[in-house]
Amino acid sequence: MLLAAVEPTATWYLVLAALVFAIGSVGLMVRRNPLVMFMCIELMLNAVNLTFVALATRFGNIDGQTAVFFVMVVAAAEVVVGLGIIISVLRRRPGATADDLAELKG
Amino acid sequence: MELVVFVIASAMVLVGALGVVVRSNPVHAALSLVLTLFGIAVHFVAMEAHFLAAVQIIVYAGAIVVLFLFVIMLLGVDKSEDLSIEPFPIQRPLAVVIGASLAALVIAAAVRASDRLPEGTPLEADGDSNIELLAQNLFSDYVFAFEFTSVLLIVAVAGTVMLTRKEKKGGDS
Repeated sequence: MLLAAVEPTATWYLVLAALVFAIGSVGLMVRRNPLVMFMCIELMLNAVNLTFVALATRFGNIDGQTAVFFVMVVAAAEVVVGLGIIISVLRRRPGATADDLAELKG
Repeated sequence: MELVVFVIASAMVLVGALGVVVRSNPVHAALSLVLTLFGIAVHFVAMEAHFLAAVQIIVYAGAIVVLFLFVIMLLGVDKSEDLSIEPFPIQRPLAVVIGASLAALVIAAAVRASDRLPEGTPLEADGDSNIELLAQNLFSDYVFAFEFTSVLLIVAVAGTVMLTRKEKKGGDS
């Protein structure tokens, strides 16, 4: 079978990652719920992770996978701090949207 | 075979990503995010990055999404929001245009560069060699950055505890 012989190349993964990154950025611009905006940031981080691994495989260089490891650590820390901020905002003002975060200004 | 895996995993990733953006209920959005993360883990396995695939499942699907769901339940915001309310009428078309042009730009760059990407020797991928390679790299070239992530995690935990602690009555926080 001819189709089975086609192997996905690094470019395919880069195109997929570009699409996911664009979807995540549109979501970040469109949605107003801070939790969903956070999920869109995770989408964008994962798109970048995909490019790192695709190019690490293509170049035969493990450094890209190490970078993904650090991205995951930073993403975990970022989610913890971000959700802490969201909890303290939403506890004070239930149903707050991203627009209401302007009230954080002193 | 690899083509089939790629197509199915890509469909999972894209459907999940669209679900995060268009689902009105935050719980459904979080579950769509799980679908995307699993699809990306499948891609990692297909590219022989076994360790990262496992970490992706454990850290993202197991910890981060559960944290999201926990916060959604804790705050009681697990109701559908009305997505038809649009404070700025221009915002959505503009966001779609910006997103489409971003995707077009990056895809054009990736396709143009596709035959100029240098081809390296493939990484060894038998048994545990992916973990061994990653460990050697992490604990030799990047050991300082690795140690520094522990400081980052401590700062994040301490900061979150400070942020979310309820102030005691009487003002002495």
